[in-house]
Amino acid sequence: MANVIDDATIEYVSILAKLELSGEEREQAKKDMANMLDYIDKLGELDTKGVEPMSHVFPVQNVFREDEVTNGDASGQILANAPEERDGMFVVPQTFE
Amino acid sequence: MEILDHTAVELSEKIKRGEIRAAEAVEAVFARIDETEEQLHCYVTLEREKALERAASVQAKIDAGELDGPLAGVPFAVKDNLCTRGTLTTCSSRILENFVPTFSAEAVERLEAAGAVIIGKTNMDEFAMGSTTETSYFGVTRNPRNTDHVPGGSSGGSAAAVAAGECFAALGSDTGGSIRQPASYCGVVGMKPTYGTVSRYGLIAYGSSLDQIGPLTKDVRDCAAVLEAIASHDPKDSTSMKREDTDFTSALAEDVQGMRIGVPRDYFGEGLQPEVRDAVLAAAETLRDRGAVVEEFDLSLVEYAVPTYYTIAAAEASSNLERFDGIKYGYRAAGAQSLHPMYKKTRSEGFGAEVKRRIMLGSFVLSSGYYDAYYLKALRVKALIKKAFDEAFAKYDLILGPVAPSTAPKLGESLSDPIKMYLGDIYTISVNLAGLPAISLPCGTDKEGLPVGLQLIGDCFQEKKLIRAAYTYEQGVK
Repeated sequence: MANVIDDATIEYVSILAKLELSGEEREQAKKDMANMLDYIDKLGELDTKGVEPMSHVFPVQNVFREDEVTNGDASGQILANAPEERDGMFVVPQTFE
Repeated sequence: MEILDHTAVELSEKIKRGEIRAAEAVEAVFARIDETEEQLHCYVTLEREKALERAASVQAKIDAGELDGPLAGVPFAVKDNLCTRGTLTTCSSRILENFVPTFSAEAVERLEAAGAVIIGKTNMDEFAMGSTTETSYFGVTRNPRNTDHVPGGSSGGSAAAVAAGECFAALGSDTGGSIRQPASYCGVVGMKPTYGTVSRYGLIAYGSSLDQIGPLTKDVRDCAAVLEAIASHDPKDSTSMKREDTDFTSALAEDVQGMRIGVPRDYFGEGLQPEVRDAVLAAAETLRDRGAVVEEFDLSLVEYAVPTYYTIAAAEASSNLERFDGIKYGYRAAGAQSLHPMYKKTRSEGFGAEVKRRIMLGSFVLSSGYYDAYYLKALRVKALIKKAFDEAFAKYDLILGPVAPSTAPKLGESLSDPIKMYLGDIYTISVNLAGLPAISLPCGTDKEGLPVGLQLIGDCFQEKKLIRAAYTYEQGVK
């Protein structure tokens, strides 16, 4: 039953999670995740054959509204939150060679 | 009677009668803050000047007869994961340490429209992930009832601020117990409404299918008044429900005659502190004395709620927290030469350990090859848990039990063993999975004087039954 998380799995998950773990963090993460999965495996005791997965508790579906602009131009304030901006645009590090 | 001894609704009545000025109430709260905040650390941000300006404009409206609601002029605190236009909103995380929203959460807008004066933003577990307010990037909050102990979490700052008189009432958010458990630890009233009752627009998301905003207050009347003010159908939140029955203060009546209350035997098993059990069962007796029909029953599936919750919440968190990438707002790590390494460095430096733990777990359970075995499995168990509650509510109007297995633990005792900490959520967490409303209210203390919380759980949309029973209990033990 005991889950073992290997280096390849942690490497793969940290790519998905966009996290860069230090050596120590990585070892801790392997342990933590294995412990949590051992614990979550408890759900395997329950027979859920034929049970529909429930993402939301109320059967509210396809909620639409008109795509109307109701707010004003706040681009100045929005850009003020950016770590770096220039000429009304977000500045990012180099994206390709 | 001192200003701070009033409840929110009492204070507002005094303000409307001209006996207290709104600005005086703000001054009184800040005088208390000057005394106790250095030790308690309930707030991430305090805005004294803004609050005084706001109090003046609210006062003018009250004087002109334009504002006459039950919360007009009342100083409020707001959890720091609710966006407030022009005021720092950090989620107690380094990654949002400098984020100033350009809009306010719908619940905040509603509260302000009711004449509330927001004085500051309260400390919390980082991104609401935690049960003690110890995972905050800005340091811990202490429990005003005993400062060696945690206030609970994740809305620990809000609960502590209400308990300490550092505000009259507060907003929190509850994903797995984050309003009810700190309310219990700090000896105040807290309510998690039915999913969809309060708009989540402007609430920085953790587990979107579980998150609800709700009140933390001094008593049940205040709780009903705040919930009435913030409940709304909001087109900006597609999960918001259209309800016609949000006049919650109309349920403030002392009447539980014939009300059927179920007490789940599974909530009183191993791991429950004896003093908590005794206080909660005594509360059940009080309600029985007032005419309720109280009986024990088996709820079932209780032990599966915590693993189900942590799978779903982590999955949703890993998706919701993808947006924090150092581009449009918040912290950006220095020194990265290209885009992808910048994302990773920013997120690794910007998030704390508990947040990273949940993002990693969530990314894993959603990953190809594990999605069915973990994530879909949890959603199936969630359906079973919901069904167990449906069966219980076919027999009972309310379910009564403890909020947490113990009173507030000491600072520094919880974080070393995450699973043990997660197990502390066992009585609160299934309520979020099933979308139910539940209230936490004080029902005594342990021998150290730490508060014990009573939890009442209702069927979906049955907040009024909760309020009626909670109010009856509260009046009965006054």
